[in-house]
Amino acid sequence: MKVMKRRVWVRSLLAAAVAAAVVSPAWSQETLKIGLLATLEGPFAVPGQDSMRGADLALKEKNGMAGGKKIEFIKLSSDATPDKAVASTRKAVEQDKVPIMIGPLSGDEGIAVKNYAKTQPGVTFINGSSGAQATTLQDPAPNFYRFNTEGAQWMVGLGEHALAKGYKKVFLIAEDYGFPYSQVQGFMASYCAKGGKVVDKAWVPLGTKDYSSVIARMPKDIDAVLVVLGGSDAVNFLTQYEQTGGNKPMIGGSITVDQTVLNFKGKRRESLLGTASAGPMADSIDTPEWKKFVADYKAAFKDGFPSPSLFAYLYYINTKATLDALDAVKGDLSNGHKAYREALQKTNFKGPAGTVKIDSNRNGVGPTYITEVVKASDGSFYNKVVKTVPDISQTLGLSETEFKKMGLGSRDVPDCRK
Amino acid sequence: MSAAYWRRAMNTGATARLPARPLPTQPSVGVGVDQSAPTTLRWLEFLRRELSVRHWVILVGVLIYPFVASPFFTYQIGAQALALGLIALSLTLLAGYGGMVSLAQMTVAGLAGYLVAIFGHSAATTISLNWPWWLSVLFALALAVVFAIAVGWLSVRTEGIYTIMITLAIGVALFYFAQQNYTLFNGHQGFNQVFPPSVGDVDFRGPVPFYYLALACALLGYFFVKHLVRTPFGVALQGIRDNPRRMHALGFNVTAHRVAAYAVAGLLAAVGGVLITWYNNRISPGSMGLGVMINILVIAVLGGIKHPIGAFVGAIVFVLLQNFAIDLVARERFNLVIGGVFLVIVLFSPDGLLGLWAMVRSRFRPQSPNTNQRRHP
Repeated sequence: MKVMKRRVWVRSLLAAAVAAAVVSPAWSQETLKIGLLATLEGPFAVPGQDSMRGADLALKEKNGMAGGKKIEFIKLSSDATPDKAVASTRKAVEQDKVPIMIGPLSGDEGIAVKNYAKTQPGVTFINGSSGAQATTLQDPAPNFYRFNTEGAQWMVGLGEHALAKGYKKVFLIAEDYGFPYSQVQGFMASYCAKGGKVVDKAWVPLGTKDYSSVIARMPKDIDAVLVVLGGSDAVNFLTQYEQTGGNKPMIGGSITVDQTVLNFKGKRRESLLGTASAGPMADSIDTPEWKKFVADYKAAFKDGFPSPSLFAYLYYINTKATLDALDAVKGDLSNGHKAYREALQKTNFKGPAGTVKIDSNRNGVGPTYITEVVKASDGSFYNKVVKTVPDISQTLGLSETEFKKMGLGSRDVPDCRK
Repeated sequence: MSAAYWRRAMNTGATARLPARPLPTQPSVGVGVDQSAPTTLRWLEFLRRELSVRHWVILVGVLIYPFVASPFFTYQIGAQALALGLIALSLTLLAGYGGMVSLAQMTVAGLAGYLVAIFGHSAATTISLNWPWWLSVLFALALAVVFAIAVGWLSVRTEGIYTIMITLAIGVALFYFAQQNYTLFNGHQGFNQVFPPSVGDVDFRGPVPFYYLALACALLGYFFVKHLVRTPFGVALQGIRDNPRRMHALGFNVTAHRVAAYAVAGLLAAVGGVLITWYNNRISPGSMGLGVMINILVIAVLGGIKHPIGAFVGAIVFVLLQNFAIDLVARERFNLVIGGVFLVIVLFSPDGLLGLWAMVRSRFRPQSPNTNQRRHP
């Protein structure tokens, strides 16, 4: 008897489970799903969270609607490995059947997702914040769009700026993967051409804690150190450089001189003043568009950063371009997204930090901001915009043949030791 | 040779006609197999004896699966689970039957994947040797087995936690080596565009052909392990797991048996590694990093580390959770679901999902208790 009762109970439970599985969630005709991939786990979990805020902000500005349809984000996560990025993208495209996909966050992921995009010609892929050169320069996918500029473009103009400051010989320390390769190329392309020398390069693995061997290797007669490290790596290097008595000025990459470095409390704090760096945005841009963007971000996300991060900004402009184009075609995705992709190609709007438009490889063309660390009236340090370089192409201002001759940035390219 | 010793030794004991570790519902079968029968007949006999109705149902199920499932479920869920399951199966063989928990199985698999990329085709044209696929796979498997033997040789003299530590150290060392070596492993970037081959008219890049490729490898691996643990070698291995000193006293070369187990498990892991590399179309240090190494252990434990089928059950649950947990709990909390499910399963059933299944069965079918008793380890 008891057994019988139990069986009935189990069976009804089973039946309920089946019923729940069969009755799919309410599906309204007016909803359009868009996949949104960022790194919610792994080393870039915090930037990944802010990326989502950037995308949410772009959607919120349109009251959750685009092209006459309600937009629903299918949020996906990766741990910054290309394997996971492709697995999550594949899930959104093949399982959740999203027609449009936004992401990923980091460079190597971008290359992997681009390769996957080629196998899905019916889906439109829009970059999140990944900035590897090869994504759109080598064997680009016709359905992969990147409205932001990439790592090399972000450093254009910094080389001339360094020369103008009198830095003729620099020593390079950078993390050993795709993004810093691009950044270094963006710096060196013009720096070397105008007569600067990068006397030696030290490539360190991501997450290096001990920089003593690199510091010991640094020549005495350099004018500055070019530091292309991110987050805790930069802080660790700075601390150890100070402890060993290093006194050369610093030039930073796009993610080097962030708040963690500016809040550096060591004795050499004052020497941070004047540190030059470059990037596609800066906290202190003095335009109404940027100020509105920051105000909107702060109003929308009480748990966000004091000011939107680079990742929030990049996801914002890419999402905004995605939604604007949907509006332009009134949500028409027929004919293999033909009209929609034409609208994407024509994208040209004034973003928070300058014009957003793309070239024939579907890669962003936009401005770069050269900044220097200065002291605010309250004693805190911040990055002040000293120069804006507009409309930087992916070939870094060179002609296509000249750029091809140099090749993509790598450990040994470019080279100007002597 | 030692097999004969073993049989003689076992025949004097009371447990002579019992296998060391049968599946809960299977009838007890003898250890001895008619040695004079031709090999194929012995295999057929083995299959007939091993396969119950339940097995046939599952077999037919996995064979028609691609025709009912979407390409996504065929490829990302099905094929990935089979490839991961094969690597976890190698750990099941080592840990469940040999008593050696090796974290380096993913490292062996990763090395095989790297070697396929190095010998075969990839986007890194300056490194890849562009050998035909069968040759590169052959060399990759052979070298991975050599590496597995080396790992085994280093670690067999240790026990328990020390085996875990030493294999962990080997795995992490190879991870960092691959990360920083550019001439052979292409550093952080690894190898892109490592595609499965086309044989005749069949292009294994398609979801369905690749699924069947993975399924064939997984089935071969599964029945191979099922067979192996009943062979004299397998039984000796289990004897060594339970009491190495006694086995040594009986004249068995304990080290040689353990190293041989590492070699066999290495082959299984290497096949799984080649599959997972083809599945991802790429390999980089992250594909064999610490997290992935531990995932293999999680998969094996999740399914039930004492059963070969547990590796695949665990892999299916693992892959499903990885893919769909984010739909249950949005945004950054979804890893909590994955961790929670693992914790619950391991807490309530030390023998993984299969143990849980046995428990449920015995609870709802009290009328036939004898077939469902859980064996002590």
